[in-house]
Amino acid sequence: MRRLLWTLGGLALFALLWEGYKLVGDPDGTVLFGVRLLPRADDLSMPHLVDVLQRLGRPELTGGRPVWTVVLQACLFTLGITVAGFLAGAVVGLLLAVLMQRFRLAERGLLPYVILSQTVPLVALAPLIAGWGGTVWPERMTVAVIAAYLAFFPVAVGMLRGLQSPQAAGVELMRSYAAGWWRTLLKLRLPAALPYLFPALRLAGAAAVVGAVVGEISTGTRGGIGRLIIEYSREATSDPAKVYTAMLGAAVLGLVVAGLVSLLELPLMRHRRRVEVVTM
Amino acid sequence: MRRILLASTAASVLLLAACGTADTPTTPTASGGAPVAVKLQLQWFYQAQFAGYIAAVDQGFYREQGLDVQLLEGGVDIVPQTVLAQGKADYAVAWVPKALASREQGANITDVGQFFARSGTYQVAWKDSGITKAADFKGKKVGNWGFGNEFELFAGMTKAGLDPGKDVTLVQQQFDMQALLKKEIDVAQAMSYNEYAQLLEATNPATGKLYTPADFTVIDWKTEGTAMLQDAVWANTDKLNDPAYQQQTVKFLLGTLKGWAYCRDNAEACRDLVVAKGSKLGKSHQLWQMNEVNKLVWPAPAGAGTIDEAAWKQTVDLSLTTKNQTGDTVLTKQPEGLAYTNDYLRQAIDQAKAAGIDVNGTSFQPATVTLNAGGS
Repeated sequence: MRRLLWTLGGLALFALLWEGYKLVGDPDGTVLFGVRLLPRADDLSMPHLVDVLQRLGRPELTGGRPVWTVVLQACLFTLGITVAGFLAGAVVGLLLAVLMQRFRLAERGLLPYVILSQTVPLVALAPLIAGWGGTVWPERMTVAVIAAYLAFFPVAVGMLRGLQSPQAAGVELMRSYAAGWWRTLLKLRLPAALPYLFPALRLAGAAAVVGAVVGEISTGTRGGIGRLIIEYSREATSDPAKVYTAMLGAAVLGLVVAGLVSLLELPLMRHRRRVEVVTM
Repeated sequence: MRRILLASTAASVLLLAACGTADTPTTPTASGGAPVAVKLQLQWFYQAQFAGYIAAVDQGFYREQGLDVQLLEGGVDIVPQTVLAQGKADYAVAWVPKALASREQGANITDVGQFFARSGTYQVAWKDSGITKAADFKGKKVGNWGFGNEFELFAGMTKAGLDPGKDVTLVQQQFDMQALLKKEIDVAQAMSYNEYAQLLEATNPATGKLYTPADFTVIDWKTEGTAMLQDAVWANTDKLNDPAYQQQTVKFLLGTLKGWAYCRDNAEACRDLVVAKGSKLGKSHQLWQMNEVNKLVWPAPAGAGTIDEAAWKQTVDLSLTTKNQTGDTVLTKQPEGLAYTNDYLRQAIDQAKAAGIDVNGTSFQPATVTLNAGGS
């Protein structure tokens, strides 16, 4: 309940800042020595929030569906891509982490490439895999691959750190019980890794959203919120509020995914508490 | 021998007649049965710029040639000619200078149909700025899109005696025209069929009405003499050695030709086709675009899609000589190999003429389109 209040408070503060800046800010922005310090506050650059909300209610095109249904549908489409990408990325990241923990050689051989993978610009990657869709799987799965590509990284690195976190005493204790690698993993390493896993998953969730949105823009995949942002931004000249409806959708999508990821923590957290009770 | 052949032909005709239903095409399909799947990579999302292809699919012009054409939409990072060269598409729509640059880097592609005979690139300034020609850009902030879309502008400035790297301030432009409206830049790059219309769909805060053409000055590279060829159909050069692909190319061009002719005569119907394809741009904007695009295709004295040697030469020459701000030219040497050919288009034109299609559009008159606020 309190959390909800905080969220609402945050929203109110944002609205206050936005409209407040529009009230006091220079419509032409503040430029000092040719460097833009503050953005323009005119209606073309920063439409009133009321206008954006009103635009949500009006039809997208004459006689068409209202914008909010279009944005909502696009968000759901991208949510599907994000979830698919997130799950695939998380599984790949987990497997990589376990592999790297198990074999020193794998860690030494793979970790640099895992890190290197994130320095490859998405714009170079996207066209490469853009043609995959259509025959083997639907076009949108290509975008999910991009989302997964961004999402696996924090999981792999965070989880590896977590799996390596138990102290030597713990590992030796397991060994004294004659527990094999698998048992040590299940009983010791995985529970110990959970505190590392959660922040990693949150990062992965955010990365998956970014990957999905950017991937859509990059490959031009139709149906999602990324594509909608590009489509609407072409109309920014005459209908600036419309662009912000799509951006609002993307922001809401990010929040929903963050919420879903924290829901994921709930059962695992309960598990962790039980572990604590047992150990006490 | 002849009798056997005749008999087998008769048998197949009978067979065809036997399974013939109302939807059986009258012209023979490629293998006498299933249509051949063909992929065409577009440069961008569905919009009236590609209406000819969309209409050819929708009106069955490709299907009657035995082709099942799938249109692939473009995206921010999709380079059509690369998609074609990689074999992920059978044909691609691309601007000539950009495609020639890709050719120089090893893309094995050939221009087989120059459906846009004219360039649609403008540079737009405020009327009250006094800018009327490229020479007036000196000392001004000049918006451009970069990524190979800017060479007509650079050629125009070079021709006017300006050094694009020194005499003007170049500004990277966004998808919209806000920068010009806010006077952050003095001249903005605009396509006649898209961004220029966006300006005329915006409300002038001073009057509360839409801006009109009287508010702006248009610098048209066609009249400045630095226009370059734009949308063309590119085919895979290696595959053009294969007789089957040659035949398919003729069929594809014939279907495309019919599509563009259909959109010339039925601009509003084509607008509706594009809107039905899920374009997010409004109806009046799409009709404007259809009309402007028709102007780029028609009239076509030599037949739509014919590559005009003089225009080709001008494009190549400008590509070789125009330097951008970093001193690079589009091309470093004359295009090698089969960069373009009218062979397949001529066959398509002959067949189209035989079918009674007007491939010249001599009597084409552009319509006057009224834009509504926001293009709705």
